[in-house]
Amino acid sequence: MKIAQTLVTAIVGSVLALPVMAGATFDAVKAKGFVQCGVNLGLYGFSSPDDKGNWTGLDVDVCRAVAAALFGDANKVKYTPLSAQQRLPALQAGEVDLLARNTTWTLTRDTANGLDFTTPGYFDGQGFMVSRKLGVTSAKDLNGATICVLPGTTTEQNLADYFRANKMSFKLVVIEKNEELNSAFFSGRCDALSSDASQLAGVRAGQASNPDEWVILPDLISKEPLSPAVRQGDPQWTDLVRWSQYAMVYAEEKGVTSKTVSTALKSPDPDLQRLLGVTAGNGKALGVDEKWAFNIIMQVGNYGESFERNLGKDSRLKLERGLNALYTNGGLMYAMPPR
Amino acid sequence: MKPSFRHRPLDWGRANLFSSPANSLLTVLALALLWQLAPPLVGWGVLRASWGAGDPETCRQAGGACWTLLTEKHRLMLFGVYPYEQHWRPLLAMALFVALLATSANRRFWRPWLAALWLLTVLGIGILMWGGVLGLVPVETAQWGGLPLTLVIAVLAIAMAFPFSILLALGRRSDLPAIKALSVGYIELVRGVPLVSVLFMASVMFPLFLPEGVTIDKALRALVGMTLFTAAYLAEAVRGGLQAIPRGQFEAADVLGLSYWQAMRLIILPQALRLVIPPIVNQFITCFKDTSLVTIVGLYDLLAATKAALNDPGWRPFFVEGYLAAALVYFCFCFFMSRYSQWLERELNRDRR
Repeated sequence: MKIAQTLVTAIVGSVLALPVMAGATFDAVKAKGFVQCGVNLGLYGFSSPDDKGNWTGLDVDVCRAVAAALFGDANKVKYTPLSAQQRLPALQAGEVDLLARNTTWTLTRDTANGLDFTTPGYFDGQGFMVSRKLGVTSAKDLNGATICVLPGTTTEQNLADYFRANKMSFKLVVIEKNEELNSAFFSGRCDALSSDASQLAGVRAGQASNPDEWVILPDLISKEPLSPAVRQGDPQWTDLVRWSQYAMVYAEEKGVTSKTVSTALKSPDPDLQRLLGVTAGNGKALGVDEKWAFNIIMQVGNYGESFERNLGKDSRLKLERGLNALYTNGGLMYAMPPR
Repeated sequence: MKPSFRHRPLDWGRANLFSSPANSLLTVLALALLWQLAPPLVGWGVLRASWGAGDPETCRQAGGACWTLLTEKHRLMLFGVYPYEQHWRPLLAMALFVALLATSANRRFWRPWLAALWLLTVLGIGILMWGGVLGLVPVETAQWGGLPLTLVIAVLAIAMAFPFSILLALGRRSDLPAIKALSVGYIELVRGVPLVSVLFMASVMFPLFLPEGVTIDKALRALVGMTLFTAAYLAEAVRGGLQAIPRGQFEAADVLGLSYWQAMRLIILPQALRLVIPPIVNQFITCFKDTSLVTIVGLYDLLAATKAALNDPGWRPFFVEGYLAAALVYFCFCFFMSRYSQWLERELNRDRR
């Protein structure tokens, strides 16, 4: 009987990955020894496999930061690539512990869908790219323009809303495939290409024969605060993810990078001493090692480093910080004080 | 009567290319088209192309096809997110697979031990891919990707769907009402929905019905979905074969005193199956190509891994080259299957000519 039972457990165990109970995500993650992180199938800069199949990106760095805080090792992450339709059910069903997949924080998702958003890791918004030759400097000049978009209700809906609100007209060209859409735009099929601003920069960097000929207009017509999300019901887990993100932003505010964090341990600044665990307390409150923030900054870097590596000047996208600069530089990145 | 001018090109040309005014016109048109298309294609694909290692900038300057993409990205395209240092394992697994298929294709090896060989090889491939024993680093199915994943899913789905489909076809023609209704219901239900929605159900809806936190391996879900789907279509092809067998054969089997299963195994199925080789292989090929839909479940099959490689903005302009390479791989496998089916048909239907 005992043998049969063991056998059944072994067989079931090899097929089923048990168990992540609601309300105890923190304990379950800690017990299994890794973070199961839901990411995008492939969105360069946010989450995509590099040439060696390693996951990289701004969203991936959130997963790594949480693993560094909880286990002291940023590599203790398993990735579940998810399509747009899969992502919410996957989180609800407990297939992933953390969803870091360029997901816009909206009221419906926060309430009816049973998710909790931690804090935005990237402020995006729908924008326009036009040819420099067109001489357009604002989205307000686009009256009567032909606009290329991918199908998808929000993109088209945002456009319709914006143009109606400004009493302007436009013609829509909807093309399903990304590559076709972009080549249609660059070959002059449309006056403007509309998508999330971060996407537009990627398209310009990758597919324009001369990137300088194309401008991304400064106006954003929608709010897309992209935030990691967790299941409702385990505040300790939510707190850990949220403060892992804050720790990265706070480190940037304090000018601490992965290279300087070791010397920062000796800093007389009491804020830094609390952050890095020289003064104990934060770790105990979160239920993790006092070195949690030190490990994040050491292994993943501060928010600025992560941004520049994945989206900014050290990446192929060359995105400006814009809204994602620190609040001291005119952006929206503002860490709550870790004390 | 077929004239045989094989050794005299001029006569061959007259017979095959210029046999009538209409044919002559078509030949000239085809040549003109070739004349128009070939030089730019060769210029793009060979003369102005960039080869070997490099970065997107070299390709941009060369202006032709960017085969550099394949040099830089082929490992991501072939193996997806499988751990980089362990790539020899899927490579070896693929070699084993191809060797197994080549062995099975040869009629001389159609002996009972072939089934054992299949079992052993599949076990060996499983050990190679999963690891965890013999000092191999464990690799979860979630990290399997590229061509090995495509092959594993396609071959296993076909191998499991085929026997299942025979049972379904027999069930559909059964005199037992319950079995018949079940078979008909299953076949019609599965054929009534697209594969995409079967996979979608398996990946999105199915987990919601499971107890909280229990998840079933994604690759397994995709494999089961593909198998169930392929079986329903195959069953109809097999049923076509069964219906083509004259009544006399069934009666003859009864007269010999054979049981139902004996009659099916010894008399009916061998005849029925060889009749329907073309539609069966058709379904195999469809199944092989349908594996590209498993990306819906979040798995990186060959096509999805190619897309992941093209996701890098620097290389994005050269998507044509990436997709061409993936298409070539698909073509090789599908072409082999279709040629093999032609040979098999000739081989098995010798008595009918």
